[in-house]
Parts: sequence; C-alpha cells; structure tokens
Amino acid sequence: MTYQPHTDADVRRMLDRLGLASVEELFTPIPAALRAPVDLDLPRPHAEQEVVAELTRLAGRNRHLDELVCFLGAGVYDHYVPAVVWYLAGRGELATSYTPYQPEMSQGVLQALFEYQTLISELTGLEVSNASLYDGASAVAEAATMVVGATGRHELLVSGAVAPRVRELLETYSAGLDLKLVEVGALDGQTDLEEARSRASDQTAALLLAQPNFFGVVEDVRAAADLAHQVGARLVVTFDPLAAGLLEPPGRLGADVVVGEGQALGNHPNFGGPAFGFLACAPADVRRLPGRLAGQTLDADGTRAFVLTLQAREQHIRREKATSNICTNQTLNAIAAAVYLSWLGPQGLAELGERCLRAAHYAADRLTGVPGVRPAFPGRPFLKEFALRLPADPVEVCRRLADRGWLAGLPLTGTAPGLEDGLLVAVTERRTRAEIDGLAGALRAVLDELAGARPPDRGTAPVGEVGA
Amino acid sequence: MTVTREPAPWAAGASRRAEPLIFERSAPGRRASSLPPADEFPPVAPSALPRSARRTAPVGLPEVSERDLVRHYTRLAHRNFAVDLGFYPLGSCTMKYNPKVAEVAAALPGFARLHPAQPPDQTQGALELLWRLERALTELTGLAGVTFQPAAGAHGELTGLLIMRAYHEAAGNPRRRVVIPDSAHGTNPASVRLAGFDVTTVRSGADGLVDLGALAGVLDTDVAAFMITNPNTLGLFERNITRIAELVHRAGGLLYLDGANLNAILGKARPGDMGFDVVHMNLHKTFATPHGGGGPGAGPLAVAGHLTPFLPAPVVRRAGDRFDWDHDRPRSIGRVHGWHGNFAIIVRAYAYLLANGGEGLRQVAERAVLNANYLLELLTPAYELGYATRPVMHEFVLSARRQKAAGARALDIAKGLVDRGMHPPTVYFPLIVDEALMVEPTETESVETLDAFAEALLDIAAQAERDPGPLRQAPVTAPVRRLDEARAARRLVARWHAGGEEDQVRGVDAADEGPTGRPTS
Repeated sequence: MTYQPHTDADVRRMLDRLGLASVEELFTPIPAALRAPVDLDLPRPHAEQEVVAELTRLAGRNRHLDELVCFLGAGVYDHYVPAVVWYLAGRGELATSYTPYQPEMSQGVLQALFEYQTLISELTGLEVSNASLYDGASAVAEAATMVVGATGRHELLVSGAVAPRVRELLETYSAGLDLKLVEVGALDGQTDLEEARSRASDQTAALLLAQPNFFGVVEDVRAAADLAHQVGARLVVTFDPLAAGLLEPPGRLGADVVVGEGQALGNHPNFGGPAFGFLACAPADVRRLPGRLAGQTLDADGTRAFVLTLQAREQHIRREKATSNICTNQTLNAIAAAVYLSWLGPQGLAELGERCLRAAHYAADRLTGVPGVRPAFPGRPFLKEFALRLPADPVEVCRRLADRGWLAGLPLTGTAPGLEDGLLVAVTERRTRAEIDGLAGALRAVLDELAGARPPDRGTAPVGEVGA
Repeated sequence: MTVTREPAPWAAGASRRAEPLIFERSAPGRRASSLPPADEFPPVAPSALPRSARRTAPVGLPEVSERDLVRHYTRLAHRNFAVDLGFYPLGSCTMKYNPKVAEVAAALPGFARLHPAQPPDQTQGALELLWRLERALTELTGLAGVTFQPAAGAHGELTGLLIMRAYHEAAGNPRRRVVIPDSAHGTNPASVRLAGFDVTTVRSGADGLVDLGALAGVLDTDVAAFMITNPNTLGLFERNITRIAELVHRAGGLLYLDGANLNAILGKARPGDMGFDVVHMNLHKTFATPHGGGGPGAGPLAVAGHLTPFLPAPVVRRAGDRFDWDHDRPRSIGRVHGWHGNFAIIVRAYAYLLANGGEGLRQVAERAVLNANYLLELLTPAYELGYATRPVMHEFVLSARRQKAAGARALDIAKGLVDRGMHPPTVYFPLIVDEALMVEPTETESVETLDAFAEALLDIAAQAERDPGPLRQAPVTAPVRRLDEARAARRLVARWHAGGEEDQVRGVDAADEGPTGRPTS
C-alpha cells in the first residue's frame, strides 16, 4: 500500500524542476556513513485486506468485553458508549484536524472545546476547565505542579486510598518536581482524615484524595477541604465524573482543583488509552492552568467566536517558564465526552447514577451471600464499585471465573496492604440482574471447587443474552 | 486568483451565522439518552449514602434530542478545516493523510473493548502487537528498547529526561543542566524544567545548524544531555551529528533526539547510528494517525541499551510464543501513564507500518523530502528562506521579511491563505527566523496541490506588493472573520453561563432550530 499520489511522471517533473537526476541527491546532507542499510528487518508492504487480516488475527487473540461479562473497573469502566458519540466525534473534519492555531478555520473544534469546558465545570463545580490532559493519572501530576506553584510549598499529602497507579505516577513525576509525597493511610477503606490532620502543616501544599476512592468508598470531601484550608493548603480531588449524577461536585464542597479520568464519558476502554484527563480550577488559579484553554471572543464583524486563549501560560510561548510541557493532548476524546454528556443530559446522568448504585448494591448483597465472601469495608458508602474479601486467592478465583466467561474484578493482591484476599468489583449500567446472579453462582461454584467440593454448576456466563 | 466573500469551498456547508451553543439549544424535559431502568434492582436505602455527600441540584447539562445533537455537531464539523478537506502544511506537525484502514483496525472489539487491567493471558494479541511494533521501532531507530506509555511527544520528552536523570544519578553523578538549541520546539525547554533540570540554550550558526564551537563551550560535567531535533526545526539535517555526539558523550552527557521530524529520515538514517541515546517518536505524525483537533497522539520512546533498565514499567516481554508484562524492573523510573499509553493510536500506527512496510516507509521519507524541496523551489522567487542552507529535508522555513516591509506580516499571509482555501503554515516559529512561515507539505500531497499552494502564496506576495490592505482584512471567506484574540485573554470567558453576556453578543441566531438561551436548570 502507498498513500502517496506521485506518478513516475510527477516525480520526473519535480526532479527536473529541481535540476536533479534522483531523489537520492536530496539526501546528501546525511553523511554516507550514516545512511541506513536498505535491508532493515521490517515487515514487507501489505495490501489493505492483508492489514485487516493481520490486525483481526491479533485482535482475536484478546478476550474482550463482549466475550467476558465485565465487573472489572479500577479506573476504566464498561459503561455503554452510545452510537451517536463516535459517529460524530469520528467525523473527518474534527478527527483529521489539529490544534486550532488558525481559529478562523477551526471554529468547530474550538466551540466543541468551549462546550466541553462548560460541561466539566458543571460536573466538578469549579469555574475553569482546560481542554484536556493525557489521562486521569497524569492530570493528578499536573494538579500537583499547580498547587506547588500556587502555595510555594512542596509537600503533598496523598491518601493511601488513591489508586496505586496514580501514586506510582506521582512518585515518578516527583523526581523532577521539587515535591515531597507524604502518604496518609486509609482506615477501613476511607482516607484517615485524623492522620491527615496530624501530618498537615505550613509545609503542606495540598491534600490529594479520590472521590469515590480506589476502593469505591465515598470520601468526606468537605471535611478534607476544611482540614487542608486550615493550614493554608489546597484540596485536590480526583473525581469519577459519572459520580456527579449522585454526588455533590467536589468544587462545591471546597475542593480547589478537581481532576479525573474521562474514559467513562463516551470513550471505549481501548486497553487504557486514549481516553483523557480533565482538570478544573477556580478563576484565581487560571494563570497556573496547564494545557489548552478555549475562550470566547468576537470576530471583526462582532460575531461570537472561540479561540485558544491565555497562551502565555503555554510551552510554545513561555518555553521553560510554561505551566506545563503539554502540547498534543486528548482533544478528540474530550469532544467525545462532550457529545456523551449532551446525550446523557441531567436526567440521564441522574438515572445512570441511580442504576449503577442499585446494581452495585444488589451485586454486593448477592456476592456477600456466597459462603466465605465478606465485604472488605462493611458500612462504608459506595456507588458503583466495592471491595470484597474472598476465602481463596483472588487471582486464582478470577482466573477460574474467566475460564467460565466472567471478568470478576481486580484482585487486590499485592496492590493494597492487608487486602491480599481482596477483590475490587465494579458494576456499571450494562450489568443486568441475571448477570449479577450468574456471577454470584459462578463465584460459589469456583470457591466450592477450590475448597475441594464438587462444583454443582459451572456457572457459565450468559454472554450475548439479554438479561431476564 | 480573486478572493470573493463567498464561503471558501471547504466551508461551503457552513452557515455564516454562528452555531448556537448546545446549551442554547436546550429545552427542559427534552433528552437523547435511553438507559435500562434502575428498577430492575431494588432501591438502595437512603442511609447508604450520607446526606452531606448527595447532590443537591441537577447538573447543568443540556437537554437536547439526539437529532439536535447530530445537527449541532455536524454544523460544528462544517466550521472546521481538516486534512480530509484540504492541504494542511502546518510545519512541524506532519499533517499527512490518515489512512482509513487504521480506523477499522482500532475499532475492532478485540482492541477497543479490551480492559487495561485484564491479565496477560486474556490480552495476548495486544501484547504481541506492542512487541512487534517495538521491534520495528528499534529497527527504525537503531536503538534497543521502547516504552509505549507516553501519550504525546512532550510526554515522551519528559519520560526521556527522567530516564537520563535516573541514569546519571545511578552512576553517582547527578547533573543539573540540559542544553538545547535556540531553534528547539517550546516543549523541549518546558520538559527540561519539569524534569528538574536547568535549561542552557546554544545559538545556531549562520547556516542554521548547531554551532560546534558554541556547543563545546557549554558542555561540562554538569550537563546531563544535549536535546536536539534532527532534521532540525528549520528542516535542515545536522550534518555534523556524529561530531556532536562525540562532544556530548566525551563530556559524559547523553544525546536526546526530539523525533518530531522523523518523517524525513524514516528508513534512510537511524538515530542510534548517529549516536543518539534516546529518541521519542510522534506516531500521530510519522505514522499518520489522525491528530484529533489537538490529540490524541502517541509518543513512544526508544532508548539505547545502557538506558533500557530505566524505562517505565512494565515492559512487554516474549517467552516463546507467549507475551507477558515484565514488572520486575528495579531501576525503572516508574510510570508516566495510568495504563499502557494511547494503545488505540499504537494499533493505528502498526496498521500503517504493515501497509507501508520497510520499503514504503523509506519512500515516505523520500517523497516528503521531494515535496518540500519542489515546493520551496516554486516559492523562492517571492519569499526568502530563513537560512539559506539547501537542500532542505521534509520542511522549510520562509521569512516574510520582504512582505512585512510591504505591509503584510506573516499572520496576514496566513489569513490570506485561509481565504484561498488552504491551511496556513506554522507562523512565528521557529523563533530564530523573523516573520517565519514554516511549511511542511508531507509526502501525501500531489504535485497539483503543491502547484496550487505555490500559486496562492505567490499571489499573496504580489498582493502584498500591490496593496496589503485586503490581506490585513483577511479572512473574508471563512465562517468567521479575524478574531480579537486580545479580548479573549483580557475578558476571559472560558465557559457558558445561562443568561451571561454571550446572549447579547451579535451573530447568534438560532431561530431556525428550536429554543435558544434557556437555562438548563
């Protein structure tokens, strides 16, 4: 396959114009000793149908979420993606454009981003949202940079109930930032705010927690905000945007910076990317905001229009003094989120939250009804995700359940101290009552099998069936 | 070529009236969503969720029908230029045509509906793809190992800098400075700062290349790395690259390649052979994935053997015909992405690799360089080259000094191109060229397109000489006229508010389609 339109005659004509005999003459600036061998070990060219065949072969070696009934979350969720989302976001005019440096030719993307920013502002309860970051984890690091700049302090109190992956990333980024991470423990799955209070000081730039947290538990954001503000620190919350259907936005409870992973908003799981990260802050912090920002203005005729603004924060203007190095971001995924949220509407968002809440509580009841299975954090409030304790190795349990068609959740073995027997279970609106009942039956069968009893029922997942 | 006030062909579908915001289309009670009912499950006791945590007011999302949504976004699309619509020679951004087979590949449920926390025995195909692409990228770069975690070029830069930082620290020799040329992309100094280094800038020589004397003058035992783009942002190959590598390495530093311009040398020359220790690739540029209005991209990083222990963890490992994640990486810098990077972009890049094959990629570089030099040849009668060195590689930087003297700045020339239906080049970058116009035609454009673009730019140059007035008024054929960018910054409006000042702003006319301006809650 080639995607170049040149005919042999074109190439000759172009070379003639340049007074050259061959294209090779244009490569003379590269010293001969540095020319690559022509026999590099690379695939041969493939016809389009061969490309599709090979990619289909590889895709076929994966067991995807239409083949397994998914109760796995941990930051990426199997929410339904409406048909309209990628029908629109995938349009060539949007998908094959780039950063709107020439706003007169880019009003579509700019207006979509302005709408996206408004939607994120509504979900987070903070006035200003940027136009997307790479993902939820790197958005936390960007927020850390912001609060260090805003407070002149260099210590970040990090809740142990923030996802381990996010804390690993912060640790990695902190090598380059003048940032000290101080972990605050979790008590029964919830951030220990008393410990946070004892560790907070006039060195503390911010307290970071997740809402709901990694274990699915709902945190007390207002108490955390009060605690942080008492020592002149900020509260940074990483927020599941779909929790906004049930929960008060963190910004209205005192959070100063709200970030999060946007995958749940109309983006496919994509093996973890691309989705996008969001970041919202108060107007007072806008000059520390990382990344692109679409703003409203007028054109020469006085018509409302949109443009990238406050670019003096950004790397292409400010260089080493920029608020962040981000250039290419996740605009198209943010636009997909804007389509999704507009599809959902306020009523849909509330209904979705209620459906997930009920389904997850039903699942928690059914699964803890299996002998030996206990809630990890009894009595703690949760929305769509919760942790269990199993009477057998969760990795082995999940492996056996996967053989039966169930993706039961994330084994917490090795990720959370004291939770080696833990399993993190997520229940989205896609899960039916029949599937939840089925998982409970299969879990019972697997646990019986592991305990040496004869399985009464294989508990195979009803993939492809509509729930009863 | 005459410019009329008729809409430009690319915007022919766009209304001259502003498209209302989706919020202004909202009507209470209208909706697009349909969800399975909550009452399939028993209600949850109110005590399950603390009252203090519960939402007190509905979220201010718009209330629209699916039809409203489709028309709105379709109209927005009509107000946007793109590679699918026309020539987009935005220098340094490699806006080549994006093959559609890649979209089919990425949409396969085996990729799109794969959860990143699934164990390796369920994701063998994804791991095999990453392993195969890693092999190809190490072959193309002449380096030893790859991480796919970085989501974009600048993310790759930060990752590479953190790796180099860890390398020097592990050697018991922490270093504080990174040297970059004055022609560098803005992301370079910004990434250097984020990685905790200080920036030392070296001036380019009169030929636009690294000045070896100036470089030698700043290299000392405190320099962690020299970070350059090659071909550089002027589109020039650093012909002294081997000597540069010797100088840097002799001072104990590492050599970093900003791979933004890899398109020029794909399969023709390899960074590893030039002496580079680290290179990030912009798969969205070089491997032709759609740029998405600003992203997503993918910025995988390749490193030489002495740096592979420091790569972010996990990395893909092969054992026979099984693939696995290797988490046991004690010297790894850690993690720069929540999961495995922008995997669906990586899938597209792999499809592009297979379609082109090794020979095809080499031809990509050849045609990209041919197109750039041909276009430059057509333009030199009217425009000065920023630095006179030729041949250029895949792009070139003109200076609009002559036109500026006549009264038309680079920005006016750009807006004149908008009126001629083509996307302008990158303007005012690199900073070392006065009134810069940075042109990257890419290999996917035909000679006819290049001829038409040259004709348009020559027409604009003639217009500038004759009467620059109309250029300063341009554009007149786009959906909006020139924007007041200063106003946007001075009076920041970064979101919509019900009943806000925008309701009084001229040009919003939604009378043809539903109610407008109603608050949503």
